[in-house]
Amino acid sequence: MRQKTDPPPPPVEPPGADAKLDAAEWRRVAATPEFKALLDAKRRFIVPATVFFVVYYFALPVLVGYAPRLMERKVLGPVNLAYLFALSQFFMAWIIAALYVRAAGRFDRMAAGVIERLRGRRGGA
Amino acid sequence: MSIALVMFLAFVAVTLGITYWAARRSSGANAYFAAGRQITGWQNGIAVAGDYMSAASFLGIAGIIAFQGYDGFMYSVGWLVAYLTVLLVVAEPLRNAGKYTMADVLAYRLRPRPVRAMASLSTLTVSTFYMIAQMVGAGALVSLLLKDSGISYQAAVIGVGVLMIVYVVFGGMLATTWVQIIKAILLMAGTVLLSILVMARFGFSLASFFDAVAHVTYHEGGVLLTRDFLQPGLRFKPPYGALDLISLGLALIFGTAGLPHILVRFYTVPDARTARISVVWAMAIIGAFYILTTFLGFGAATIIGRDRIATGGGTNMSAPLLAAELGGEVFFAFVSAIAFATILAVVAGLTISASTSFAHDFYTNVLHRGAERGPGEEVRVARATAFVVGAVAIAAAILLGPNANVAFLVALAFAVAASANLPVIVLSLFWRRFNTTGAVAGLATGLAASIILILVGPSVKLLDPPPFPLENPGILSIPLGFLGAVLGTFLGREPEAEEKFDELIVRANTGLGAEKASAH
Repeated sequence: MRQKTDPPPPPVEPPGADAKLDAAEWRRVAATPEFKALLDAKRRFIVPATVFFVVYYFALPVLVGYAPRLMERKVLGPVNLAYLFALSQFFMAWIIAALYVRAAGRFDRMAAGVIERLRGRRGGA
Repeated sequence: MSIALVMFLAFVAVTLGITYWAARRSSGANAYFAAGRQITGWQNGIAVAGDYMSAASFLGIAGIIAFQGYDGFMYSVGWLVAYLTVLLVVAEPLRNAGKYTMADVLAYRLRPRPVRAMASLSTLTVSTFYMIAQMVGAGALVSLLLKDSGISYQAAVIGVGVLMIVYVVFGGMLATTWVQIIKAILLMAGTVLLSILVMARFGFSLASFFDAVAHVTYHEGGVLLTRDFLQPGLRFKPPYGALDLISLGLALIFGTAGLPHILVRFYTVPDARTARISVVWAMAIIGAFYILTTFLGFGAATIIGRDRIATGGGTNMSAPLLAAELGGEVFFAFVSAIAFATILAVVAGLTISASTSFAHDFYTNVLHRGAERGPGEEVRVARATAFVVGAVAIAAAILLGPNANVAFLVALAFAVAASANLPVIVLSLFWRRFNTTGAVAGLATGLAASIILILVGPSVKLLDPPPFPLENPGILSIPLGFLGAVLGTFLGREPEAEEKFDELIVRANTGLGAEKASAH
């Protein structure tokens, strides 16, 4: 795309399994603002999401184990809090997965930008 | 011949046909180990579900809920939520930076031989223990379900073993994938049908269903009891029940993302994005299944009852007995055939992950320093290994016999995956300072801690009274695995490993240089 004149053989894009960059080049890619922005964006989603689901999940065995009176309280006819809380875990997992897929679409575009920039630089060099 | 046997033979015929097709179609290591990386997102999602939902899920969970109510449902919850760890932390970097096994990601920036040797040992431990548990379950089931056909425990174990060897040796990952897909669809169909029949019995009224669940009657020690099965505490009892429950949760949540047979599934898709999509498909199916265990388990508790299940074959027969009660002989046969299919698909997945790890990690990379001595050698070694793994599992299952207590083997597999595999995967992806000594120490500590704590725990009773009071060692062995990895790392510095960290994170996060799908 960015290689306007005589693309070097073998073609560099997209760098496949054969992509050989040396250590200095990898370090340069890792230090680009695009790549740093990608890592930051991923971290901003993945860290809070992981902390949230771990805390939400372990609240269940902790409450069931140490606050059985509370969890045995019937809230919907014969159905108690323990069962509803357990059931809610499924929806929690599905919602986080859906949110992640939406955010990951953005990560994919950012990653494509990193590769695009590298390709442009190598093609032009 | 019973209807169950006919249905089972039909499943065997279809899957052998697929194996024949896959064997003709595929050649080369990429095809054999990773199905040419051409499995689509939804296909792989269903296959992950088929690989994951073992007999322990279908028969075991239904049985535990039928006997101990709410506490059994806790397993269901953990088995789904665990996939968030797979989705958020492991699946995409693994696909981007690896080739065939979990160890590929570790070996990326660490010294490959020690790391692969330990990772292969841990993979073989997890897969073999898990497989022996499945085989014993298979044999016991067959002798129960097909007792009119005169098939013995030994014959059943050998039959399952030979089939799984045939799938894996001849059909490789492609055949294994389709066996798992068909099994997952059958399992879901059976579960949905059974749930509908349960609800039909209660006039499709959730209120009257849960009303019945709140008043389950059974005999215990000759006394007639009425219990609310939605109440926690029937299985996890004081003084250690709560701690055991938390420990179980830790092993499930962090172990699933370290199960080798699940991880290798992400190498069968073209790229990380498809790996992500397949986890979401898997979560939809697995979640739906585990929610439905409510109807399977509580349905068996209320419609059949503990007393009749106990005389009719024990906890594991809860779902088949429920099927017989609600759908007659044909439905019983269908559900029994699904149980076999379930076991077959899971053991095939375990066999291929074990043999891939031995051939790729140990044989090629540890023994021969990463070079094949001839074209196709790695695949030949993997085929031979699948044969040996199958033979060992058959022998072990026959020696242990149908009445062996094998539940601890599954607990052990999850504990090793969570305590040995997960810490080193996470640290190698997220910690620049992490090095070879750390990886070897982490794998060794996690493996040893899980095995020792289970041996001295209440499931095995090697010592009496057991010095470790919990059935699930996760709460102690997972921190020990992390601790081993961190302390090992601080023993020395490895500048090459730190230098290659940049390359690993760029590859893992962008897919640059990731293994591509084979050409069509």
